[in-house]
Amino acid sequence: MLDTHPLLELICPAGSLPALKAAVDHGADGVYLGLKDNTNARNFAGLNFDDKSLAEGIRYAEERGCRVLMALNTYPQPDTLKRWHAAVDKAAELGVYAIILADPGLMAYACKTHPELRLHLSVQGSATSYEAIHFYRERFGIQRAVLPRVLSLAQVENVIRNSPVEIELFGFGGLCVMVEGRCLLSSYACGDSPNTFGACSPGHAVRWQQTPQGMETRLNGILIDRYADHEKAGYPTLCKGRFAVQGETYYALEEPTSLNSMEMLPEMLRIGIAAIKIEGRQRSPAYVAQVTQVWRAAIDAVKRNPDAFHIQPDWTTQLTKVSEGSMHTLGAYNRPWK
Amino acid sequence: MKLTLGPLLYYWSREDTLAFYAEAATWPVDVVYLGETVCSRRHLLRLADWLEVAASLRDAGKEVVLSTQTLIESESDLKALRKIVAYGAFKVEANEFGAVRLCAEAGMPFVAGPALNVYNPDTLALLHEAGALRWVPPVEMPQAMLKAMIVPEGMETELFSYGRLPLAFSARCFTARHYNLQKDDCQFRCIDHPDGLDLKTRENEVFLTMNGIQTQSAKIHTLAHRTDEARALGVTYLRLSPQSQHMGRVVGVFDTLRKNALVPMEAAAQLQRLMPGKPCDGYWLGRPGLDYAPDEALN
Repeated sequence: MLDTHPLLELICPAGSLPALKAAVDHGADGVYLGLKDNTNARNFAGLNFDDKSLAEGIRYAEERGCRVLMALNTYPQPDTLKRWHAAVDKAAELGVYAIILADPGLMAYACKTHPELRLHLSVQGSATSYEAIHFYRERFGIQRAVLPRVLSLAQVENVIRNSPVEIELFGFGGLCVMVEGRCLLSSYACGDSPNTFGACSPGHAVRWQQTPQGMETRLNGILIDRYADHEKAGYPTLCKGRFAVQGETYYALEEPTSLNSMEMLPEMLRIGIAAIKIEGRQRSPAYVAQVTQVWRAAIDAVKRNPDAFHIQPDWTTQLTKVSEGSMHTLGAYNRPWK
Repeated sequence: MKLTLGPLLYYWSREDTLAFYAEAATWPVDVVYLGETVCSRRHLLRLADWLEVAASLRDAGKEVVLSTQTLIESESDLKALRKIVAYGAFKVEANEFGAVRLCAEAGMPFVAGPALNVYNPDTLALLHEAGALRWVPPVEMPQAMLKAMIVPEGMETELFSYGRLPLAFSARCFTARHYNLQKDDCQFRCIDHPDGLDLKTRENEVFLTMNGIQTQSAKIHTLAHRTDEARALGVTYLRLSPQSQHMGRVVGVFDTLRKNALVPMEAAAQLQRLMPGKPCDGYWLGRPGLDYAPDEALN
């Protein structure tokens, strides 16, 4: 456990300036954001920051004691490497608290060009062991690693015990069942991958169509799911569709659930998690406000008295409201399927 | 152009696995990658067994590389990884950055595997400095991107050229899930699916293949008809990924092709008769990976 850093810092998503302000106003310790292009893993139309909103966002957050982290967590490619370098330079120039990177080459550039810039290893870097984390620490001096959502909490504890860096975990929001950075399903189906394009199952490939069989959702023409009239149609994220395996049609890879690890907060505090990340840069400012507020209250409560921590009913009500009634899971942290 | 046999991605019986590699010793492949890269629960061959297979393949004149697990989760996974790196007699294929670190520390030359996400020359140069002698580009890398890569002097490029594409890794086992089994009590059901378990859309279109914690393309990625394009970019190794049937004949087609004794489109046609699914080559063209456009020419 690192004594030098407060634990359970609350890191919230800022997909836009209003979302950033909502996170700051409702108690985030840090916000993470990206630029309006494929240098980050939420490259969706209408999201993210240009120079003007970025400067305003940083000013707004910093005046209120909130840290700004910039995600540059896709993999730069030969023809566009300079754009990623420019983004790193911009982050350094604007004095963000940290940049979140996945690509070793980009880390080498950042640590050579801006040695004072704090580097975090993105979840897209797919580091699930302390040996991998040591690699990035020794070579680029990363100070924090965000772990993929595939380890059990016991495995996370083992990583923390053997890692020289802070560990950040996802606490709430959308859930990848695949190891982040190790999933090409989207590019296989529609040509754009999270690694290089910065989006999974991107909007341009999505079609919704009402048919006599029900509402159909397609990705580049591939039927991802079909919904009966009483069912609520979900976004056609590839891994969350219903498929047939040996004649049985079901959620073959993953149910359309999202992550909520709140009940594990006492354990996360005990094992020394430095920061909790809330997923959802694609979500609305109202969502960010609500989730930030609830998680702020929960983290404050667990830090005051971990033994007496219990989830308040109104926290659950508020989170369920913004999650549109979707199911929640503890994901890999406690592995019901193990 | 050298031919390599990629690591066996499926779980076969001990007998079938040993028989496969005994045959492989007679095939015209130059390099054989060995070991379990997908799931640590698969135990029918232990490291000692793999090393025996390795020794016999080496005696048959093959270069042998030991491949490491792609998703490392536990301390025992790390223990297994350290043993592979420490063995020393064979090169290692590093499939995540923990393995890269261990190889670099040990001064052990290695192959940078396809899951390392090398998309730019800076990262490639860094791996070369860490001791990578050869690299396998991400399977989704298009020809145009590979063309723009600057490969360090002396570093070899190996292209994933035949087989179901390894597309994703998860902590969850989809095969166990299909059988309503817990992962820790999976009863090793992967063994019933020597080429994986097909997943179809609700329109009965074969889409993906489940292989334990790994998700693969259902289509068979093939670049046989594009070996000239690959050669022109400095690719010197073609990786063929094992399948349970006709693998020797698949190798044979690629061997005939590299000797210029077969026209590329005829090779493509022959391979289609040996595949456990339909072909695809979309990634190479910068299109969705499942596309197949053998007539589309690239410069």
